[in-house]
Amino acid sequence: MDIDPDDVFRDDEDPENELFQERDSTKEMLVYLVDASPKMFSTTCPSEDQKDVTHFQVAVSCIAQSLRTQIINRSYDEVAICFFNTRERKNLQDSNNVYVFNVPEREELDRPTARLIKEFDSIEESFSKEIGSKYGILPGSRDNSLYNALWVAQALLRKGSAKTAEKRILLFTNEDDPFGNIKGMTKMDMTRTTLQRAKDAQDLGISIELLPLTRPDDEFNMSLFYADLLGLEGTNLTQFKALVGERFEDMKDQLRKRMFRKRKIRRLKFIITDAISIEVNTYALVRPTNPGTITWLDSVTNLPLKTDRSFICADTGALVQGTPKLFQTYKNESIMFSTDELSEIKRVSTGPLRLLGFKPLSCLKDYHNLKPSTFVFPSDECTLCSNFIFCIHFNLLAVFFAVAFYGSSTHPQLVALVAQEEIMSTSGQVEPPGMHMIYLPYSDDVRPVEELHTDTNAMAPRATDDQIKSASALVRRVDLKSFSVCQFANPALQRHYAVLQALALDEDEMPDVQDETLPDEEGMARPGVVKALEEFKLSVYGENYDEESDSIASGKTSDASKKRKAIADKATEESAKVDWSDLADKGELKELTVPKLKYYLTANGLSVSGKKEDLINRILTHLGK
Amino acid sequence: MARNKEGLVLVLDVGPTMHAVLPEVEKVCSMLVQKKMIFSKNDEVGLVVFGTKDTNNELTNEVGGYEHVMVLRNIKVVDGNLVEALQQLPRGSIHGDFIDAVVVGMDMLIKKYGQTNKGKKRLCLLTNAASPTKDPYDGTKEDQVNTIAEQMRAHGMKMDCIVVRVTQDLDVDKKILEENDYLLNAFSYKSSTKTVHVDSPTSLLGALRTRNISPVTIYRGDFEMSSKMKIKVWVYKKTSEEKFPTLKKYSDKAPPTDNFATHEIKVDYEYKSIEDPNKSVPPEQRIKGYRYGPQVVPISSAELEAFKFKPEKSVKLLGFTDDSNIMRHYYMRDVNIFIAEPGNTKAIVAVSALARALKEMNKVAIVRCVWRQGQGNAVVGVLTPNVSDKHHIPDSFYFNVLPFAEDIREFQFPSFSNLPSSMQPNEQQQEAADKLVQMLDLAPTGKEVLRPDLTPNPVLERFYHCLEVKSKQQDAAVPPLDETLRKITEPDPELISQNKAVIDEFHRCFELKENPKLKKSSRRLLKEKPTGSNEEGLGSGAVQAIDAIEYTSRVKVEKIGDLDPVQDFEAMMSRRDGTEWVNKAIQDMKNKIFDMVENSFEGDTYHKALECLVALRKGCILEQEPKQFNDFLHHLVKFCQEKDLKSFGEYLASHEITLISKKEAPDSEISEEDAKSFIVKREPKAEN
Repeated sequence: MDIDPDDVFRDDEDPENELFQERDSTKEMLVYLVDASPKMFSTTCPSEDQKDVTHFQVAVSCIAQSLRTQIINRSYDEVAICFFNTRERKNLQDSNNVYVFNVPEREELDRPTARLIKEFDSIEESFSKEIGSKYGILPGSRDNSLYNALWVAQALLRKGSAKTAEKRILLFTNEDDPFGNIKGMTKMDMTRTTLQRAKDAQDLGISIELLPLTRPDDEFNMSLFYADLLGLEGTNLTQFKALVGERFEDMKDQLRKRMFRKRKIRRLKFIITDAISIEVNTYALVRPTNPGTITWLDSVTNLPLKTDRSFICADTGALVQGTPKLFQTYKNESIMFSTDELSEIKRVSTGPLRLLGFKPLSCLKDYHNLKPSTFVFPSDECTLCSNFIFCIHFNLLAVFFAVAFYGSSTHPQLVALVAQEEIMSTSGQVEPPGMHMIYLPYSDDVRPVEELHTDTNAMAPRATDDQIKSASALVRRVDLKSFSVCQFANPALQRHYAVLQALALDEDEMPDVQDETLPDEEGMARPGVVKALEEFKLSVYGENYDEESDSIASGKTSDASKKRKAIADKATEESAKVDWSDLADKGELKELTVPKLKYYLTANGLSVSGKKEDLINRILTHLGK
Repeated sequence: MARNKEGLVLVLDVGPTMHAVLPEVEKVCSMLVQKKMIFSKNDEVGLVVFGTKDTNNELTNEVGGYEHVMVLRNIKVVDGNLVEALQQLPRGSIHGDFIDAVVVGMDMLIKKYGQTNKGKKRLCLLTNAASPTKDPYDGTKEDQVNTIAEQMRAHGMKMDCIVVRVTQDLDVDKKILEENDYLLNAFSYKSSTKTVHVDSPTSLLGALRTRNISPVTIYRGDFEMSSKMKIKVWVYKKTSEEKFPTLKKYSDKAPPTDNFATHEIKVDYEYKSIEDPNKSVPPEQRIKGYRYGPQVVPISSAELEAFKFKPEKSVKLLGFTDDSNIMRHYYMRDVNIFIAEPGNTKAIVAVSALARALKEMNKVAIVRCVWRQGQGNAVVGVLTPNVSDKHHIPDSFYFNVLPFAEDIREFQFPSFSNLPSSMQPNEQQQEAADKLVQMLDLAPTGKEVLRPDLTPNPVLERFYHCLEVKSKQQDAAVPPLDETLRKITEPDPELISQNKAVIDEFHRCFELKENPKLKKSSRRLLKEKPTGSNEEGLGSGAVQAIDAIEYTSRVKVEKIGDLDPVQDFEAMMSRRDGTEWVNKAIQDMKNKIFDMVENSFEGDTYHKALECLVALRKGCILEQEPKQFNDFLHHLVKFCQEKDLKSFGEYLASHEITLISKKEAPDSEISEEDAKSFIVKREPKAEN
């Protein structure tokens, strides 16, 4: 592999590059295969705002949402949207009851574009007119819409080789027995051909995933047909859960979670003791999402520019070829390091992840954090690993966390491995079971800020019990009961992408994005909350604080600001003594000393930096001469 | 620059009881000076040792007393000689008096700076405080300490006290230790003294702050609980990674005679248009573009400025919630600390009340912060109480950034409890693992080892060590990792050997299963698709190559050859990139079989033809083409009769090749009976 020599240099600016970036090499090709049969429209579930939402709407809104996520996070993935059990047909094979949805300037299986997202958003309105719903498998006809759909999806995925891309079909349906209304030979025949079709697809490296929509009172029976289609048996079958959602939101949540394929960062060897080590995979479950990298364009042609980097010797101006050595000035000498030496310095540990011991959870302080954590899960089907993880897991859950040394090549670090219990909710798995790797700081990374402003003689003021009580009352009042860490969308990012989408579609009006992170003013204005706040304020500040604080603010101006004020006063005074305009006209400004010039500048609130000439110019500009 | 220079006196105990840890003392002190030489060249450092046989200090000469305290170096700007001196500390033979030494150090600072340089004068005392102190001429020891502390306060001096006691079984009176600890405590009460107790050489390396970074607030202003209730707070960084130093790129172009050459390299970026690679595009003609799917959307900086999210500078409370709602692993970044505005008693009380209430109730506060005006984004974070247990330190909050919805990836993982029992650990394993956890406890009875606050960064330690070595000998190799530092990266060998029995038991429980599984898992490793890990690159690459061969062979079959017709046929049948392949395969196979039967010489190809026929039959059943096969078989048998190839018909009958029945393929019009009797029925005819 080609190693980028700059990787060694880049360490400082971009720690653990690989943590934040995922490679494009594992791009995904995805066909959303949506059942559009009448049943999808007739089955509903209640949503938050009391409206009934059909299963079709659930599927469509989930796809719309995931397209948005895709275009932001994984825009190299290619997607196709395909409906089956439709009235109209539109596909290359010209098969009945299958409609491939697409927009101009885009292949059927291609990267999502702004236009696709935009038009797909309004699919519900145009659906009945342009595509229409019609159940394709009817007694007496030999049409098999599911077979056709799989056939079309597979044909779409013919593009690209299985080596470089993961190919998936995501099948949304609420019909557990697609051939239920036909009987006898025809049914057997259709079932078999469809299964064969699915198997063929799977043999070609396409994975088919089913997202069954159901209602609690009407279970999705996998064994009727789909277990065979997916090749599920035994425990796998029992583990496969249909999406039982009473509410629209729950269903959407579940769908969202299942639609994304998990990607591991890397596989690590976790050395427990000298003799035993296990394989674990690491996953990035929490990483900051950024607005993406900037590509420089030529503003005339809007074509991307090529960046050329060259090294130039600061002393001679000569071009330096090849990879230069690095140096650090020390004792007035340049101490040289080769990249090999630097990586040797950083190689301080023998294993990738090495267990050092265990500590009670109380030793893990809130300030022991530097960057987002990484999730550790035993690599598949290794009994030993999972066994071990189990054992340790139960122990750790109680009170302990494991301390290990993570010997990465750029940032070797002490890490805490904190066990996480599986947490389930109505919308499925909220927290997966496993361990979270938390990167610990070193002594040099922790700053003793608390001690900074301590008055050694005086006791620090402490709240009295009454004050604490009034604070408790307030805390109880303003309680966010169901707070979850990911309930807010990033306002800056939302705005950024909304603007991008608008620009990409040449829309005139810029969208207004709501900032969800602002406090709930209404809630805060509730009488109970206001009262609790008032009481707390009274208890810690005493009466008449507001007036006091104003006087404090004015009386307690710092020394620096006093000084600044004095300077300004003096400047105004001094500057008034001189007839600046007259001097400027005569060109005598340069006769004045710099401090005198500065009086004028300070008095008029201008910058005082630069050489004398700059100052004079600035004065002249200000005087309008 | 010079305004911020620090005056520091290192006061080091080199008495006999300190000899064991002196190598670490040498290391940590020389590292401190080294860092000063790089990051704050103008700082001045003096060096005092005590516990030596000799005496050498100004106070002895002036007023007498102060024996066994040696000034090795007066306060001077840091240089290489000081590093050298620190690396060869004398080994003393007398039990020194740390109070005497502190007085000498203080005297040096006062004489050098007088009243100037307030707040930038520091003493650093490194001792085990195990030797008795002398009684002063008048008053008690405590009075003496108070006087010294008063002096230090008056001169704005700070002191860092590091008390090293590696082993508890020091051959000294417990009383002395207690008395000394009491005196040191008195220092911290009366002056800006910070005392750290250290119990291992590794922690010693981390105990001394080797680089001073003057803290800067990232926010000063109101913490708005509502529009009416506000608390004045200052926000600082609590943790911030000390980065590996950025090295400069070296250029050897400058002539060796040029003594003022910087040898630096400037990096120059040129932007060139794709159409004409020789044309450089000037900065004003460049425009920023952001990716949106396949499109790159150009946005001028004016547009960007106009549309971007512009929140007001503020810190607002969103509410309180149970601390169990905020999982530890959601903390996103380095940590900030919220302290009440210094000197503002009411703010301190308000923060204290809130912190203590949160702590009592196990709650946390959720806040939205915009630190600076013009900042492009707001952050949502969690305030956790930091209730101080030291009387002079006010309560505060730690602030951790929480993720936004976009930052979370909700991958699903299999549940542990759903796994089959064979995957669950047995009781014995569970017990062994329990024991392991207990034995490898790194914080037994409150004595925590490898505390992050006291653990040095081994990479940085090694870098500065290497830098010093190289400054003496340019081509020196990178020195191996220090043994003391190895304790950070590897388990403590002592701990392991003490608990050998437990670990052996652990091995027994897990090893039995390990070997076959390990092999399996390593094989699996190879089978994995490449997912971006460099370590795996090699293995998966090889597998890919194999895959590719298989893949091409499968794809390329377009006609049935002579070599292995059955395989070719199957490959063609499984080609799913077009419907035509199945028909073509069947047709080709039919022709092939005809050819073979026709061209056979005394039945030499019969066997092969039969194989092909079996394959064809199977294929036709799978592909729902029974008629094709049945018709073909009829045709073939008829053909044999006509061409006088009866032997093949017999051959077929003997191998029970039948028509495809309705049972096998619903499309067939032949009943099972008919299918079976097909050959039999024909035979008599053939005999005719």
